[in-house]
Amino acid sequence: MESSETLPQPAAQLRSQRQRLWRTFIRNRTTIVGFILVILIALMAVFADDWPIALLQGREAQPLLAPFNPVKQDTRNRLEEPSDVHPMGLDTYGRDILSRIIYGGRVSLMVGVCSVLLGGAIGTLLGIVAGYSGGKIENVIMRAVDVLMAFPSLIMGLMVLAVLGAGISKMVVAIGIMLSPSFARVVHSSTLAVKEGVYVEAARSIGVGPLRMLRLHILPNVLGEVVVLASIWTANAIRIEANLSFIGLGVSPPTPAWGTMIRDGTQYLTNAPWVSVFPGLAILITVFAFNLMGDGLRDILDPRLQV
Amino acid sequence: MLRHIVTRILFSIPVLLAVLTLVFLVVRVIPGDPAEAALGDYASKEAVEALRERMGLNDPLIVQYFRFLADLLRGDLGKSMITGRPISEQVAHVLPYTLQLTLVSISIGALLGVPLGVFTAVNRNNFIDYLGRVISLAGLSVPAFYLGILLILVFAVKLDVLPAVGGGDLKKPADNLNHLVLPALTLGLIMTTSVTRLTRSTMLNVLSADYVRTARAKGLRDRVVILKHALRSALVPIVSVIGLWAASLIGDSVMTEVVFSRPGLGKMLIGAIMQRDYTALQSVMVIYAAFVVGVNLLTDLTYGLVDPRIRH
Repeated sequence: MESSETLPQPAAQLRSQRQRLWRTFIRNRTTIVGFILVILIALMAVFADDWPIALLQGREAQPLLAPFNPVKQDTRNRLEEPSDVHPMGLDTYGRDILSRIIYGGRVSLMVGVCSVLLGGAIGTLLGIVAGYSGGKIENVIMRAVDVLMAFPSLIMGLMVLAVLGAGISKMVVAIGIMLSPSFARVVHSSTLAVKEGVYVEAARSIGVGPLRMLRLHILPNVLGEVVVLASIWTANAIRIEANLSFIGLGVSPPTPAWGTMIRDGTQYLTNAPWVSVFPGLAILITVFAFNLMGDGLRDILDPRLQV
Repeated sequence: MLRHIVTRILFSIPVLLAVLTLVFLVVRVIPGDPAEAALGDYASKEAVEALRERMGLNDPLIVQYFRFLADLLRGDLGKSMITGRPISEQVAHVLPYTLQLTLVSISIGALLGVPLGVFTAVNRNNFIDYLGRVISLAGLSVPAFYLGILLILVFAVKLDVLPAVGGGDLKKPADNLNHLVLPALTLGLIMTTSVTRLTRSTMLNVLSADYVRTARAKGLRDRVVILKHALRSALVPIVSVIGLWAASLIGDSVMTEVVFSRPGLGKMLIGAIMQRDYTALQSVMVIYAAFVVGVNLLTDLTYGLVDPRIRH
């Protein structure tokens, strides 16, 4: 459990948290390396083809950063080994693996980011309401969170997918639901800390209502923690998406997705290992980039680890 | 201590019950009719209806629910919808493989991870620490199935020294062990990276504590301070989290079993989902969830044992 390492902080430290976060973020090299990597990967996925121009001109998008069309088959040269023209070789249908990896980033990033937004929103809402209201509501929400946490994340994702069926939007929902309890737990504990702050008491004493209080005083102060969690969980979400795709519950073919590509390649490990190896490398680098970013951010948020 | 144990056990019963209820409900809302799935596409309406009646699917949900709980209490997991054989039989066949894999991987993780974590913490902000952090972060980022594939490529395809698929024969220790090496290495290395990271951050916390400074001020040797004073109190959260990871390792262990085509609960789970074998699916999920609840309970208890303050 990553989240158990971040403890709630005294209220006095929270006030300058945002400034401190920003300053240390700039200084922390690993975070920046991770951040730059993430940006590069995102750019690569977004501009795999020239869709913005194509949209304006009303034509089909042409590959831009990707050297070839990712779904165009060349069955005469199937499983061709890496060469100058196809640096990562061809897959079993003779499709260019590099191009498929570049396009495949779209699925991974989309699922990663959207599911974290969904899970983060649900979890933050539940956690903040539970932490602030206390009493019965808190009990009900947090016990429900305990129950959901009893399911290992992949099992829970599988469960939700079994109900919803395979596909990209369903995968977002499945992973989003799966992530929400972790967010709820962390936000709950930091809300408990924030709510003891003098400024919260002050606000309450001048008659600030609960909704306004949550929005103006509590939420901004727990958001730092949410951001860190979000970057770490994006890494996990991408990894889980790869797992689900590898099992065969991901986007339907021929849309390229990294996990599915690896799955297709496992039959040819002896004679064409590149079909599996390169997409796996893409997953590894992407997840690593998000983890690098999140790791640096967490160090910043945990004052005990600072010199 | 006894009171602590009893209360903890009592606390976990409602959680377990809620988990069972959730599994029951989820399996009931999975689209598709189990009876139809069991009989295939060409079954007549009457046959499906007869099977539904026999499986008790026409009873009210609440009746089905209590039957489900009663069966579980008797240890009856039902019959597979695909093979018609008792599920407990299948579970008994695959469980040793999963337990074997899990235990060996956790041991690898603890035996490698704790010393590595202490080592990187002591060398904090050195090149060694930096390297260790990058490697362990990479380990945290690699999907289990991909690490498995890489190991297969090196040890089974290129060097051809270890088998790539299957679980081996449990009755032949050498064969069984041969098949265990690569999967256990896959899961064990992933575990190691997590344990290293945790040990490092816990040790860093402890090393800045007052009593460690006192121990150093007394003139104790570095080794004594680190191993006897610091590591001992760092072990509390480490033990607890290693326990939790046994649970979070489940996802990776499922993937490891799939990639190595190794018999086990995880492979059974994926098979059940793919073949729409609802009773098998329900049983495996119940076992996993019960396992997690159990591990959480044990973790709590160990925590209480190692750190007496927690009992109160």
